[in-house]
Amino acid sequence: MLTQLRPVFVLLIALTALTGLAYPLAMTGLAGAIFPAKAAGSLIERDGRIVGSSLIGQSFTGTGYFHGRPSATSAADPADSTKTVPSPYNAANSSGSNLGPTSAVLAERVKGDLDALKAGNPGRPVPVDLVTASGSGLDPDISPDAAQFQVPRVARERGLSEDRVRSLVEAQIQGRLVGILGEPRVNVLALNLALDDLKPR
Amino acid sequence: MSLNGWFQIALFCAVVVALARPLGGYMSRVFTGERTLLSPVLSPVERGLYRVAGIDAEQEQHWLAYASAMLAFHVLGFLTLYALLRVQALLPFNPDGQAGVAPDLAFNTATSFVTNTNWQSYGGETTLSYLTQMLGLTHQNFLSAATGIALAVALVRGFSRASAKTVGSFWVDLTRTTLYLLLPLCMVLTLFYVWQGIPQTLSGAVEATTLEGAKQTLAVGPVASQVAIKMLGTNGGGFFNANAAHPFENPTALSNFVQMISIFALGAAMTNVFGRMVGDERQGWAILAAMGALFLAGTAIVYWAESAGSPVLNGLGLTGGNMEGKEVRFGILGSSLFAAITTAASCGAVNAMHDSFTALGGMIPLINMELGEIIVGGVGAGLYGILVFVIVTIFVAGLMVGRTPEYLGKKIEGREVKMAMLAILCLPLMMLGFTALATVVAAGLAGPANAGPHGFSEILYAFTSAAANNGSAFGGLTANTTFYNTTLGLGMLFGRFFVIIPALAIAGSLAAKKTVPASAGTFPTHGGLFVGLLVGVILIVGGLTFFPALALGPVVEHLAGGLGQTFPAGG
Repeated sequence: MLTQLRPVFVLLIALTALTGLAYPLAMTGLAGAIFPAKAAGSLIERDGRIVGSSLIGQSFTGTGYFHGRPSATSAADPADSTKTVPSPYNAANSSGSNLGPTSAVLAERVKGDLDALKAGNPGRPVPVDLVTASGSGLDPDISPDAAQFQVPRVARERGLSEDRVRSLVEAQIQGRLVGILGEPRVNVLALNLALDDLKPR
Repeated sequence: MSLNGWFQIALFCAVVVALARPLGGYMSRVFTGERTLLSPVLSPVERGLYRVAGIDAEQEQHWLAYASAMLAFHVLGFLTLYALLRVQALLPFNPDGQAGVAPDLAFNTATSFVTNTNWQSYGGETTLSYLTQMLGLTHQNFLSAATGIALAVALVRGFSRASAKTVGSFWVDLTRTTLYLLLPLCMVLTLFYVWQGIPQTLSGAVEATTLEGAKQTLAVGPVASQVAIKMLGTNGGGFFNANAAHPFENPTALSNFVQMISIFALGAAMTNVFGRMVGDERQGWAILAAMGALFLAGTAIVYWAESAGSPVLNGLGLTGGNMEGKEVRFGILGSSLFAAITTAASCGAVNAMHDSFTALGGMIPLINMELGEIIVGGVGAGLYGILVFVIVTIFVAGLMVGRTPEYLGKKIEGREVKMAMLAILCLPLMMLGFTALATVVAAGLAGPANAGPHGFSEILYAFTSAAANNGSAFGGLTANTTFYNTTLGLGMLFGRFFVIIPALAIAGSLAAKKTVPASAGTFPTHGGLFVGLLVGVILIVGGLTFFPALALGPVVEHLAGGLGQTFPAGG
């Protein structure tokens, strides 16, 4: 019996140590040495403080900024920890809306957002990504269309010409990788940082 | 749908097929104990492990001994992981102060990882300490994947040997797969993923002050090393709640492409390993062709359905397809293709929320899992899954012409067919039985987030995913309850072991048989006719079993959505 159990125990302990400790710890050391900024989360610093990560979207509600996509993330309710409250772009609790294609809740939410966006920019079709929540709730990107859609509002609020803001957006468009993989997109945080550099609020 | 989209699909398939043969060659050398490029470094480690563990690498096991070794290893692994989850609060590497995990959730999570399911009742960044992620989850990702591969190799030995009593040594297969195959590939992949932007750090969450002055807590951690094995080993359990949709788990179009490739790479290469070990690579290509046909059909339907979008939202004036639950950097195609891949293989990682897919777009992932994940499938599990269907196909072919069925020179007799049917019937029993239970008890009905047919789909998806050891979810279902944690845990256990043990029994029974030489009456199993017959048997068995359930969920929802009907929130 003991001879049959010995491989079970020894291999479990040895392989656990190898794959569960040695491997992740060695990779942490190596990654930190070769790609220190990326291993730490691609953090962006401005004036000595961390303003976010270039990979993680953040909530923008001010009219002078470009807005990201709706986010369905939540946080524990401060008043009652058994409940949750909406908390867009909560990067400590990623989540999508999980609303299905025939959900009345989803249809109402989309209708409300569509009406608000149409009122702000009549005569232009609303890009789909501006009224749909992302899978992670932390999508850092919007489509180039969605950025262009917001140009009139941002230009007006910032007191800049639309052409000036439009060219800023165009400079921020990332295309498909070698023209094939992925989709064209604009990183909202990078765009807003560039906007602040152009004309501080 | 766009030309670029179809081109990305074609590129993906081309890379997977191109990798199958070289990877298959390397893997065959690993499984047969030959020298490889890495032997000078790894063979002393390997020999050292055997010496300490008291393993004689030359001594092979009867299929029953092989199965007992595998089960003993799993029982101990399960107990260790369960204990670790319960006491994580007292252990180091816990910078964010995660508390111990509740008993039902710990049972569910331990089962989930030991069975290669990686169902996420847990919330990743909100539940688990770094030590649990590394020592518990990363480690089980390796071992459950290595076990799957070992079992498939044992079954292949059943076909390739004649009049043999043994099917290999579980200890040697497990050790060599981990050391020579999974670890080296994962080390390369980890560095690649960090280069793409996936964090790999032991520091706790980062506090940022956003441009608008709000506080944002950025959860980080040793993510890349886990993502590497979660994809390669078709485990799929996320470091974060949102899994591969989270920008820290899948930051770029390139990381997405590599993750998709690595889900399929080993599973596709296993068909080549099979071909090599039975001495005719065409046999492996025939199986891959059957898998490929089913995969392309499913992918095309998801891509079409998601591009068309939801009729309800389109009715509000929305154009551009269904982007609810999808990320901009992947778009419709990157999300549709990923969904088809992750459910065809038993991976279960998601880069978009399947719950928010259109009715038909979400039905294909369901079907992929219901067919038993034999379309490439989990590492190893896909191969032994499809070989079970091959046995049934050969049996059906034999009945049609009135000859004793043969496959690769082995007579397929009553025992093999009975075991194959046991494995095939276990999955629908778990998937449909538990779904039926959950739709009549209050604890089950409290789960769905959506009412109407979509709520039924959420329940069906959960039990399908658990029994198929996939782990992806219609995430709206509130599954972290005693009812769901327990029933899903049982579904995973039965779904895994009631396929594995019959598969090993088949291996043992085949290995003991003599090989009969092919004659003019032998049905060739490397041609188009066989591939067509195999696909037909898979679809008829899967279709007949699951059509009624699919009709109640996705099909009804599709028809209702077309009429503009919506349903309130469930639960």
